[in-house]
Amino acid sequence: MSKKAKKSPIILFVSEEKEPLFSKQNRKLITDPLNDDNPITVQVLGICSALAITVQLKPALVMSLAVMAVLAFSNVIVSMIRNFIPSRIRIIVQLVIVAALVILVDQVLKAYAYDVSKQLSVFVGLIITNCIVMGRLEAFALGNGPWKSFLDGIGNAAGYGFILILVAFFRELLGSGKLFGYEVLGHKGVTLAESTGLYALGYENNGFMLFPPMALIVVGIIIWVQRSKNRELIEKE
Amino acid sequence: MMNRESNSYTFIFAIGMVVIVAFLLAFASTSLKDRQGENVEKEKMQNILKTIGVDVERDAAKEKYGDYIKEELSLNADGSVDENSEAFEIDLNRELKLPVEEQHFPIYIAEVEGEKFYIVPLRGAGLWNAIWGYVSLKEDLNTIEGVNFDHAGETPGLGAEITTSWFQAQFEGKKIFDENDELVGVTVAKGSGTKGDNAVDAISGATITGDGVTAMIKERLSHYLPYFKKERTQ
Repeated sequence: MSKKAKKSPIILFVSEEKEPLFSKQNRKLITDPLNDDNPITVQVLGICSALAITVQLKPALVMSLAVMAVLAFSNVIVSMIRNFIPSRIRIIVQLVIVAALVILVDQVLKAYAYDVSKQLSVFVGLIITNCIVMGRLEAFALGNGPWKSFLDGIGNAAGYGFILILVAFFRELLGSGKLFGYEVLGHKGVTLAESTGLYALGYENNGFMLFPPMALIVVGIIIWVQRSKNRELIEKE
Repeated sequence: MMNRESNSYTFIFAIGMVVIVAFLLAFASTSLKDRQGENVEKEKMQNILKTIGVDVERDAAKEKYGDYIKEELSLNADGSVDENSEAFEIDLNRELKLPVEEQHFPIYIAEVEGEKFYIVPLRGAGLWNAIWGYVSLKEDLNTIEGVNFDHAGETPGLGAEITTSWFQAQFEGKKIFDENDELVGVTVAKGSGTKGDNAVDAISGATITGDGVTAMIKERLSHYLPYFKKERTQ
């Protein structure tokens, strides 16, 4: 009994090591997932949603923000209660927290961004199963303080969102000739004479870009480019 | 603190967590409900207006709806008007589960620049899930002015194409009665784009969704026949 009583109080909001909020180590938590440790191109997590909602930029952007909100807050919450969670049911606890946050995001979108929520439809709900979220909770939030976990959540979601937006940029531009719904390549009329911009020269949209397989190919090309720039990522035999 | 790995602690933790989460979600759901309901309502108005060629932003839907829609009627199976039921509030999903005699059939009557239109809501089954929409008829109660379809879970690129304007535009000017004044609806079939007044061209790869659209139009409209007859003789 006496041993337990002596236990130091559990610190919730302050990380034990005194270090500046944006120390080099903390900055790395945000910058690493953007390149060296990107969840999509390096860890190959969260691919399913990357294929499904990257036809246009707008849903991709909203999806990234939704994942960011869920990932950052679930990381913080799990990290705050990490010393109270019974380890036998920790996965269930994480799931409940993630699911509750996802439902909240879904409800807020339905109320304030109805069109986008219709476009994202089931994919908002499927954030629950996004491997990035559970992965970060297990690998990071359970063993680190709330502030670090928050940064880790933001960083990983940013890495995910960065790829999503990059893929959506190419798919919307080449697939429908638009960016965020604006016709950047000119207007495609029914006949050549009615068309303007590139379409007047006989340019055609690549309808194939609108199909999910092309998202996979675009992701593949991004991985290729990334690895040829960043040699450290290439596996050694 | 209790032993973190003991059974009782685990139970208490789980129960506490679930209760907190339940309260939180219930609170969020009730406080956002009005706003969400309003969005759904406005979208419905937007879809109804689209069938008579009135394209509005969602925020302006409510105002324009009042301008164009003159009457909302809820019909009984025999074509008489049920004064006690709100046409706009009728949930077709629920109605379709009732026997036909007990169902209510909503119909909206619109006026655009002196022309009268009858708008009938539709609901049926696609390949994976429900499909629904609206069809507006001209004053002759035969010629289609416009249609609007939506779906819950059809395949993107295939069945989901029923929401596209090129598919819906085909219905404009089509007839729901044949030469013998028999209700045939509009058939969605292969290669029938130019084959007369009662058919439109199907979407390749979406046969079952197309058949669903055909069946939905015919089934729903058939219940309005008594009312149509009354309106025509007037």
